[in-house]
Amino acid sequence: MRKINYIIISILFSFLFIILYSSLDNERVYNTKDLIGKKISQVEINLFQSNETINTKEFINNEFTILNFWASWCAPCRKEHPNLVRLSKIKNIKLVGVNFKDNVENAKNFLKENGNPFDILAEDKNGKNSVNFGVYGIPETILIDSELKILKKYIGPLNIKEVNEIRKLVKE
Amino acid sequence: MKNIINILLLFFFITSNSQANENLNNKILKNLRCLVCQGQTVQDSNSEFALIIKSVVKDKIKEGNNEKEIYKFLSEKYGDWILLNPPFKKNSYLLWFLPYLLFILGIILLFFLLKKPKIRLK
Amino acid sequence: MLSNLGTIFVIIALLISFLLIFFSLREFKTNNNLIPGKIFKFSLLQLFFSISSFIILLIAYIISDFSLVNVYENSHTNKPLFYKISGTWGNHEGSLLLWINILVLFSSLFLFINKNRDKNFKILTLLFQNILIVIFLIFLLSNSNPFSKLFPIPLEGLGLNPILQDPALAIHPPLLYVGFVGSSIYFSAALAALISKIDSRTLAVSIKPWVLVSWFFQTVGILVGSIWAYYELGWGGYWFWDPVENSSLMPWFVMTALLHSILVLERRIGLYSWVIVLSILTFTMSVTGTFLVRSGILNSVHTFASDPSRGLFILSFLISMVFFSTYIFFKFAPTENKKYAIFSKETFIIANNWFMIFFLGVVLIGTLYPVFLDTITGSKISVGPPYYNLVLAPFLIPLLFLMTSGPNYKWISYETKSFFDVVLVLSVLLFLITFFIIKNNSFLLNLILFFSIYLITQTLFDFYESFKKRNVNISRIISHLGFGLLIFFIYINHIFSQENNFNLKLGEIKKTDQYIIKFENLEEKSVKNYKSIVGYFNISDKKTSKTKELKPEIRVYDRPITITYEASIDSNLFSDTYLTMSNISETDIFNIKFQVKPFMNFIWFSVLLLSLGGLLNFLSRNKNEKN
Repeated sequence: MRKINYIIISILFSFLFIILYSSLDNERVYNTKDLIGKKISQVEINLFQSNETINTKEFINNEFTILNFWASWCAPCRKEHPNLVRLSKIKNIKLVGVNFKDNVENAKNFLKENGNPFDILAEDKNGKNSVNFGVYGIPETILIDSELKILKKYIGPLNIKEVNEIRKLVKE
Repeated sequence: MKNIINILLLFFFITSNSQANENLNNKILKNLRCLVCQGQTVQDSNSEFALIIKSVVKDKIKEGNNEKEIYKFLSEKYGDWILLNPPFKKNSYLLWFLPYLLFILGIILLFFLLKKPKIRLK
Repeated sequence: MLSNLGTIFVIIALLISFLLIFFSLREFKTNNNLIPGKIFKFSLLQLFFSISSFIILLIAYIISDFSLVNVYENSHTNKPLFYKISGTWGNHEGSLLLWINILVLFSSLFLFINKNRDKNFKILTLLFQNILIVIFLIFLLSNSNPFSKLFPIPLEGLGLNPILQDPALAIHPPLLYVGFVGSSIYFSAALAALISKIDSRTLAVSIKPWVLVSWFFQTVGILVGSIWAYYELGWGGYWFWDPVENSSLMPWFVMTALLHSILVLERRIGLYSWVIVLSILTFTMSVTGTFLVRSGILNSVHTFASDPSRGLFILSFLISMVFFSTYIFFKFAPTENKKYAIFSKETFIIANNWFMIFFLGVVLIGTLYPVFLDTITGSKISVGPPYYNLVLAPFLIPLLFLMTSGPNYKWISYETKSFFDVVLVLSVLLFLITFFIIKNNSFLLNLILFFSIYLITQTLFDFYESFKKRNVNISRIISHLGFGLLIFFIYINHIFSQENNFNLKLGEIKKTDQYIIKFENLEEKSVKNYKSIVGYFNISDKKTSKTKELKPEIRVYDRPITITYEASIDSNLFSDTYLTMSNISETDIFNIKFQVKPFMNFIWFSVLLLSLGGLLNFLSRNKNEKN
């Protein structure tokens, strides 16, 4: 009887130790794991410097769509821009840039300097619309398929590894 | 009964609609985690993220959404991590049941502890 | 220089601890009934070296000796002296040294004060306590040495996090550490008691003062931390169910349970094993709390700079400690015969214990569940205040009831009491009055209100009764009264708190239902270690036309550069008016958070009363012993 007690207790403690030990490497910050596979909201987005809007429903027509949230005042956006240019060369992806809480002139200059990789340029003047896409802090990049399902959501600047990951995903 | 409640509600809304909205607003914001902060609620934070969420919640209340709908909307967009009040679903059954299970187990334990011996008066 | 000296002192302390372990092991086997003088001497030496090492660190902070990494990272020459001193324990390494000092202090005190106890029991307590000391000293030296050197020596330090530059937070850690690190001594004593098989009365008498002291400090420590959060974090709340706050609450629950159980153990044989389990559990919870806070596995406002290797060390220690104590417990635990009557005092104390353990369980589940879920399934959820309030609040009702009726039952025997007594009638009356003033319709909240009033009235009545009979158990009455008042005022505060958030520009006016808030002026000022923008607000009450001036600040500290929002609080006896302002970036608009919080001072006072009971019990105990 006593032996069984010891065994049970040992197993329990080992279990606790293993869980807590592996929890030491848990990410302590927000991640987007829960959002993968969900559909994005069907909402209107304002086009950049225009009264027209585009509904996200229309992305059904694209094989893949990438939504990128950026601003001229955000330093990491500048860093990731070359990678967006790389992505723009992939044919089956439509690249939608959403300019986030930005000054119009600065935004224009930013694109002039760094190139404009976007197929569609939209804007979100007060940041509220971005909540519909679960934007947490820019830059943020969302890859969706033709069913409007989120395949990938990147927080922070895209790096070359992630560009290759996207490339692989859309080639299949 | 329902009518009475409705009338009361109506009366209540006429008198203090703005205050009620503000209270609801505060209540909701207190139950949201500011994702970019360290353990702060949206209500308590002044980060860019919190400011945007604050104005979105305000809009949603104005549009007539209720508390639950707003939580649902935000958890769909950001995951359950944003909700400080964990919703009752598959990943939180244990969280909600375990305390009660513990309590009942304790009562059973106490019962057996107290039942066995006979009462002895001094 | 200080760095070397400090390290040497710590190493000497470590060597002495090894010697003490060696001596006590050898002494345990001999039949001599006296503890040899050398053990006392070495224990004194150990205390000397450990305190000296702490003083050396303190001096390094005072003279800003940046050749120590720890001082460089956490201090600055521009800081006021007071915060240079408190900076010593405002970081992981320094506070760990304080931890060890408390372990050593309690070890020596236990050895010196308890002169007439069983020798083997004392020797074994010393042995276990020194094993703890050795482990933590090794941890300090190998992983978190506050005396680590830095070369070349920098001219200036990085500074202390400004939210820690606060009088309440300066004294908060030492208080809390005396509380939960102090629990180590009855952990050691409990293990020693099992092996040396001392009787229950001896055990109760020898650990009671330590439990009382640690409980008192833990309570006051939590109170100070809570007051700090209230005025410094600028949110107007005082308890957030934040993981770090939970870590200080968990040992408190067990200490409270232990405190009550010892009352039983003192008077008769019973609960012996249970007291031992609780003693072990208290320190286990303390270490668990330390693990949660220091490893940084939780997302909290209060986290230390975290480091996984620290986490691993504390975790390994925690698990082996629990494992080892469980082993000792099962090997040595005596079988006892239990005799309880259903309505005797013991039953109520057992019920109290059950509630405390339940509360502990809820807090533990709420804190750890997200960690486990994240590790096992990868999905993240948050467990915040709504969860704890929802789960815990209903259980306050039976707890309050038990606290009301329990103390009036006799030991062992059971005696019927008339149910409809004066106190109950009076309580109902008082409740109805309060109810018609408050007009809150929540059934649950009203029940809590009623039972807190019942507890307060009954306790006051008991006070009067025992005063007449000159047989005053004043400490119980004061503590229970404190708890009743605490719940009552938290409730009232919850109902009557007002909060408004709005945006204002300089010169504008905001009208709420009851107040007119005028943004009158904005000034810049420069102080030694920060610059600040001060807002001048005039608040006038529409009903009474009284006015108040509030001056919230936005401070920009230079070392390290941090912005803090300082609340301005106008506090009078019955109500606090609380205002914080924050600028909205790139505009001249300020976000204002305006709160009216009634009875805050009464909440603090209630907790003080609660802790005072413990202190009084401790003091009266000493008096009895001398007589």
